[in-house]
Amino acid sequence: MNDWLTTILICLPIAGAIVVAIAPLTAYWLGSLAALVSLVEVGFWITSASKFDFGSSSLQSAQNRSWFSDLHVSFHVGEYAFSLWLVGATVVVMAACTIYGWWAGRDRGRAYFALMLLLTGAIVGVFTAQDLLLFYAFFEAMLIPLYVLIGVWGGAERMRATITFVVYTVVGSLLMLTAIIVYGLQQGTFDLTQMGPSNSTWLFLGFVIAFAIKAPLFPFHGWLPITYRESPPEVSAILSGIISKAGLYGLLRIAIAKFPGVAHDWRVVLLVLASISLVYGSLLAFRAPDLRGVVMYSSLAQSGLIVLGLFAFNDLGIDGAVLQMVNHALISTALFLLAGMIERRTSTGQFALLGGMARSRPALATVVMTVGIISLAVPLSTSFAGEFLILAGVFQQGWAWAAIGAGAIVLAAMYMLRWISAILHQDTGPAVPDAALDLRLGELAVIVPLVVCLLGLSAWPNLISSRAVGGNHAKQSIVVEGLRR
Amino acid sequence: MIVKPHVDWFALSPPLALMGAAGLLLLVAVFVPRGPRRGVSAFVGFAGFTAAFVFAVVLDVKSQSGAAIVHDSIFRDRWAALAQVLVAASGAVSVLISYRERMRDEHVAEYYALLTAAGAGMAFFVQASNLMTLFLGLEWFSIALYVLTAIDIDLVGSLEAGLKYLIVGAVGSATLLFGSALVYGATGQLSFDKIAAFGHGHDAMLAVGLAMIIAGLGFKSSAAPFHMWTPDAYQGAPTPVTAFMSSATKIAALVVTYRVLAVGFPQAEYLWRYAIAVIACISLAWGNIAALAQRNVKRILAYSSVSHAGFMLIAVAAANALGGRALMYYLVPYAAMSLGSFAVVAARERELGTPVTLQNLAGFGWERPFLGVAMWVFMLGFLGFPLTGGFIGKFYVFAAAYDHGMWWLIVAGVIATMISAYYYLGIVRAMYFRDAAELQLAPAGGAPPRELLLGAGVLVCLVVTVGSFFAVQPLIDVAQSAARALPL
Repeated sequence: MNDWLTTILICLPIAGAIVVAIAPLTAYWLGSLAALVSLVEVGFWITSASKFDFGSSSLQSAQNRSWFSDLHVSFHVGEYAFSLWLVGATVVVMAACTIYGWWAGRDRGRAYFALMLLLTGAIVGVFTAQDLLLFYAFFEAMLIPLYVLIGVWGGAERMRATITFVVYTVVGSLLMLTAIIVYGLQQGTFDLTQMGPSNSTWLFLGFVIAFAIKAPLFPFHGWLPITYRESPPEVSAILSGIISKAGLYGLLRIAIAKFPGVAHDWRVVLLVLASISLVYGSLLAFRAPDLRGVVMYSSLAQSGLIVLGLFAFNDLGIDGAVLQMVNHALISTALFLLAGMIERRTSTGQFALLGGMARSRPALATVVMTVGIISLAVPLSTSFAGEFLILAGVFQQGWAWAAIGAGAIVLAAMYMLRWISAILHQDTGPAVPDAALDLRLGELAVIVPLVVCLLGLSAWPNLISSRAVGGNHAKQSIVVEGLRR
Repeated sequence: MIVKPHVDWFALSPPLALMGAAGLLLLVAVFVPRGPRRGVSAFVGFAGFTAAFVFAVVLDVKSQSGAAIVHDSIFRDRWAALAQVLVAASGAVSVLISYRERMRDEHVAEYYALLTAAGAGMAFFVQASNLMTLFLGLEWFSIALYVLTAIDIDLVGSLEAGLKYLIVGAVGSATLLFGSALVYGATGQLSFDKIAAFGHGHDAMLAVGLAMIIAGLGFKSSAAPFHMWTPDAYQGAPTPVTAFMSSATKIAALVVTYRVLAVGFPQAEYLWRYAIAVIACISLAWGNIAALAQRNVKRILAYSSVSHAGFMLIAVAAANALGGRALMYYLVPYAAMSLGSFAVVAARERELGTPVTLQNLAGFGWERPFLGVAMWVFMLGFLGFPLTGGFIGKFYVFAAAYDHGMWWLIVAGVIATMISAYYYLGIVRAMYFRDAAELQLAPAGGAPPRELLLGAGVLVCLVVTVGSFFAVQPLIDVAQSAARALPL
C-alpha cells in the first residue's frame, strides 16, 4: 500500500477526470463527483503524510517501473519531505478551487470539472516525478488543461491571454526539453535519483529560464498581468498558488540539486533578479488599481522572496523557502478566491468603485481581515516564520540581500493594508449594491478550511520548516547532498 | 535462355492481397448493382487492407533475418514488413473515413480499387531492393494517387489539384529516374547492396545521381523544397484521399529514403547526412512558417505534414540505429494523428458542405464532443505534447540527432515546435473558445448524420495516438528489430 500512495495521488484525479468526462450525469452531479474526488485526494494525502518517515532522508512511497529501457526512462515517482508538503498544498488548493467552481456553477460543467481533475493529477505528478522525462511530461501536461480553462471560462480578453501565456510557457519548456535531452543522454539515464551533477552552464540556464518563466521571476513575468486578470478567479488562484510553485520546485529539485557548482556561480545573478522581483512586484502591487492586480503582483514579489531563500544555499533559507511556498499557495488561493467572490457581488475589481463592504457583512470582513493580516507577515503568522527564515538564511550570503527582503516586507504591509481597507472600509463604493450579500455558506466552506490551515501553520510553522530539507531529521536529504557534492 | 528466379510468394503477399482486392473491386464495379455497390466495395477494400495487414504482421514475425529475394529485386525483412503493416493500417482507416464521402455511385468501386492499388504499390515500394523495383513501386502508387486526387469531378479544385500533383509528381519521378540512371552509369549496378559494394563517394557522377535520388524521394515525402504540390493537392483532393496520402505516402517515402541511403550509399554518408539535415531544416522552417498564414484547415495540416517530414528526416540524418528506431516509432503516432485529423476535417466538411476554415470550426468542439476531443489530442500530438506519442517521437528524434553530435538539429526542431504551437493551438482555439452563435454559423440542413464508421476510424487513431505514449517499450522493441535489418 505504502509504495502505491504516490501513484494513487497522481492517478486518482486523472481517473476521476475520465469518469467525469464520460459519466452520464447532469452538471450538478458531475461537480459533486469532482468535489468528492478532490476531497478523497486530500484524504490520501493525509494518509501519505501520516505514514511519512521524516527521520529518513530517502525517497518514500516510491514506485519505479521501466517506461522504455533503451534510453533508460522510467515511471519513477516518490516523495521527499519537501515534495510531500507541496503535494499537500496542491491537493488542498485544488480541492478548494474545484469546490468553488462547483459552487459558482461554471457552465459546460463536464469539460470544466474533467479539466480541473486532470490538472490536479498533472501538478501532483510534477512534484513527485523522479524521472526527468516524466517530470517534463507532467510539466507540459499542466499546460493543456490550463490553456482551455483560461480560454473557455476566462474574461473578455481571454484570447490574448491564452496566446501570451502559451507563448511564454512553451518557449520556456522547450528550452527545458533541449536541456533534458542533452543532460539525460550525457548521464546515460533520466532517473533523477541516479543522475550525477553537471557543470554545464548552458543546461543550467535552459532549466532556470523555464522555471523562472513559470515562477515567474523578473524579467520573465510578461505573461502574468493579462493571464491573472482574464482567468476565472479559481484558475488565477491555481496559477499563482500552485503552478508558480512548480517552477520554484524545479529550481530546488533540478537547477540547484543537479547543478550545484553552476548554481553557486550564478547565485548573484539570481539573487539580483529575485530582489528586483521582490521590490518591483511590491511597488506594482502598491500601485495596482484593482483587487487582482494587488494579488498577482504580490505573487511576483513572493516568488522573488522564495528564490532569495533558495539561493541562500543553506538549510535555513531552503527550509524557509519551502514553508513560504506552502504559505503562499494557501494565502494566494484565498486572496484570489476572495477577489472572485467580491467581483461576483460588485461585477468589478476596481478599488475606486469598492469600499465599505465590512458594514453588515461580518463574515466577509473577518475572512478578508484574517487572510490579509497573515499575508502581510505580521509576527506570529506563518508567513512571518517563513520570511524570517528566508531572511536569516540569505543574510549569510550578504547582509544587503536581507536588508532588501526586510524592506520589501514593509512594502507588503502597505499594499495589503491598502487592499483590505479598499474593500472593507471607507465609504460604500458606487459599485457595491446594498443588497450585496455576506459570504454564503458555500463560499465559507471553501475559504474557511484554507484559513484554518493558515492559522494552524501559524501556530506550528515548525511542522514544515523542521521537516522540509535541512531540518534536524533529514540532514542528508537529496538537495542538501547535491549542494555539498 | 532466361533463368526463372525462385519467387518467394509469401514475401509478396501484402502487395498481392491488395492487388487481388483491387481486381475484385473492378469486378464489383461491373457486376454489383448500384444499390449495394457502395457498401460492398467499401467492404472489399477494407478486407483487402486487413488481409494485407495480417500478411504483413506474419511476414514481420517470420522474417527475422532479412534477405534480398527474387533475384535481388525485393527485400524480405522487418524494415519493409513493419512499413507494410503501417501502410495497410492507414489504408484500412482511410476506407472507414471514405465510406460516407459524397461521391458519385458510378465511381465508388473504382475509387476503392485505386485506393487498394495505391496501397499495393506502397507495400511493394517499401520492399524495393534495386533501382528498377524502386522506380516501379514509386510510379505504381503515384499514378493511382494522381487519379484519386482528381476523382471527385464535382468537387471544385479536385481536378486542378490532380493536375498539379501529376505534373510536379512526374518531375519528381523523372528526377529519381535520371538519378538512378546516373548511379547505374557510375557503378554498373542496380541493386542497393551491390552499389554499396562498388561505390566510393568521390565519384561525381555517383554523387549527382545520389542527389537526384534524394530529390526524387523528397517529392514523395513532401519535404521542402520539394513540397510545392503538397498544399494544393491536399486541399483539392477529397479529404479521405488526403488522409491516406498524408499518412501512407509519407510512411512509404521516408522508410524507403532511409533504406536507399543506408543500404545503397553507406560510403557517401558524409554527403547525404548533411544534405538530409539541410532538407530537414528547410522543411521545418518552410512548413511551419507557411502554416502560420493559412486559414483553411486542410492547408494548415498540409504544411504541418511538410514540417513533420522535416522532423522525421532528422532521424534519417542521424544515420544511426537510434535514428532508425526513432523514424519507425515516429511514423506510428504520426500516421494516426494525420489520418485522425483529416477524418475530423472530413466530418466537419460533410456537415457544412463547404471547405473547413478556422472560422467555421467555431463551436465544433462543443457540438461534437468526441470529435472535438479527438482533434484536440491530434493537435497536441502534432505539437509534441505529453500524453500523445508525438511527444515520445520528437524526443527520440532529438535523442538520435544528439547521439550523432548534430545538436543544431535539435535547436532547429525546438524552434520549429515553438512556431508550430501557434497554429496547432489555433485550431483548438477555433474549436472551443468561440461559440458558433457568436459567429452566427449554423450547420445547414439540421443535425448531421451520425457516422459510425468515421467515428470508429477516429477512435482507432485516438487510441494509437495516446496508446503509443504509454506503450513505448513494445513499439520501440518492434521498431528496433525492424531497424536491425539496415546496416547501421
